[in-house]
Amino acid sequence: MTARQRAERREGLLYLAPALLVLGALTVYPSLWVIWLSLQRRIPIFGIERFEGVGNYRFLAADPRFWNAVEVTLVFAIASVALEVLLGVAVALALRGLGPLRRLALALLLLPWVLPAVVTAKMFEWLYHPSAGLVNFALGGREINWLGDPGLALPALIAADVWRTMPFVALLCYARLLGIPPDVYEAAQVDGAPRLAILTRITLPLLRPILLVAILFRALDALRAFDVMFVLTGGGPAGTTETLTVYAYRTLFQMLQLGLGSAVGVVVFALVMVVAWAYLRTLSRQGVIA
Amino acid sequence: MRAARRAPGARRLAGELVVVALLALYAVPVFWQVLTSLRPEAELLTLPPLLPSRLTWEHYRVVLAQSVMPRALLNSLGVSLCTTALAIALGVPAAYALARLPVPARGALMLAIVAGTAFPQIATVSPLYLLMRALGLRDTWTALVIANASFALPLVIWLLAGFLREIPPQLEEAGGLDGAGRVATFRWILLPLLAPGLASAALLTFLFSWNEFLFAYTFTATEASRTVPVALALFPGVFEVPWGDIAAASVMASLPPIALVVVLQRFLVRGLLAGALRE
Repeated sequence: MTARQRAERREGLLYLAPALLVLGALTVYPSLWVIWLSLQRRIPIFGIERFEGVGNYRFLAADPRFWNAVEVTLVFAIASVALEVLLGVAVALALRGLGPLRRLALALLLLPWVLPAVVTAKMFEWLYHPSAGLVNFALGGREINWLGDPGLALPALIAADVWRTMPFVALLCYARLLGIPPDVYEAAQVDGAPRLAILTRITLPLLRPILLVAILFRALDALRAFDVMFVLTGGGPAGTTETLTVYAYRTLFQMLQLGLGSAVGVVVFALVMVVAWAYLRTLSRQGVIA
Repeated sequence: MRAARRAPGARRLAGELVVVALLALYAVPVFWQVLTSLRPEAELLTLPPLLPSRLTWEHYRVVLAQSVMPRALLNSLGVSLCTTALAIALGVPAAYALARLPVPARGALMLAIVAGTAFPQIATVSPLYLLMRALGLRDTWTALVIANASFALPLVIWLLAGFLREIPPQLEEAGGLDGAGRVATFRWILLPLLAPGLASAALLTFLFSWNEFLFAYTFTATEASRTVPVALALFPGVFEVPWGDIAAASVMASLPPIALVVVLQRFLVRGLLAGALRE
């Protein structure tokens, strides 16, 4: 290593140091701390603070409310990601042919994505209003209590989340579609391939890598989603929309059980990291991360 | 595609109008919220008719005069701008080092930073809460800026390192030969080329900070630091839910991000795409 290289290395570390220190303090340190917290019985208002080992996890393993939250989280994540991808691909295909109205179309598409999630939740609460909501009006004046019916609340919540996040999937797919060279299609058309065959044999296979990225990226977000359900349904009715994040929040800051709530947080963390690992592997296989 | 190319201009435009109309239909919830915010109180709970008999600014007046919304807008603006400034100030040198300098363990660092963008806030909220309490920062802008940096900084570093790598290093080498130092080369050669990427990163950071809810909800207690999403989630109703006021407040909460995106659409699209993939 030459003197110059050593100097550059030192310089690089100097530039990196502030960011790494902050990230260490704000992500690495708290994530170790939360694991430590999850091994304690900690209820500040009663002055309880003692080490308990895996007691919180043992409690969760036998806790029906926890397993319900696991189920709700998985149903929510799988259903909303699946719907987003189906709808997103369709929208991307429709956008592909656009010319002069492209900017307007993209602006309309991005509108739902830009709104704060809390705004979306408040908006859908109003849309789902049993007597004065637009949804029931559009269904011909029924009085369905979307958010109050245990069988309907989760689908209603998923619909709101899909509405909010589908534009992101559509945008990713649209960008990929623009990158497909037109001669690929011209060759197929010369061969007289029917439109459906072009879609299933050429377009969708070419979309597959980006779809995988979009699915994993969205799954990461869906597993840690909190705002929409917390504001729209608050986990109710009867816990049918209580995800792990809402359960963790309630345990932490409403039941004030810092240890148990942290244990739920650690479970979310582990779930997300499994998906993140798959995501990183996909990215590095596609050569995005050197 | 084939049909579109053969079709005359008018038919093609008709096809485009159909797509735009469908997207406008998709955005109906937003328009409905705007209409609700302008609907007279007495007509809120009667549907049909779809359209109100007249439009009124009354809900906006109430929200501006009687709710915490004005203060919350100020808080959100302050917190989001400070978060963005902090993330850019720390992120630019870090991204530069990762993209241009022989940093040890660079691959592992990049991996850790991407993983950092995936951190679930619910897992770090309890330790950060204890930290803020220990530092006496509860209910301050500082607490929110610091907490938001935990997701803003990895995002900025990752985006900028990617954008920097797209710029050919030969340009700076030429500057280096002229005897300009690294900082001067960065300022005069690299920065102008990096500006669009910087705009994308700053825009996304601002949007994410503006929309952030969990930290803001947990670390704030009064209107001294309550941000817009928190004020909206806690919007008070005395006897019944004030749907018109809530609609007006949500329009106000959405206007800044919408305005930014209308003006900076291309930076948003670029940043979003770069955030999920790099081609």
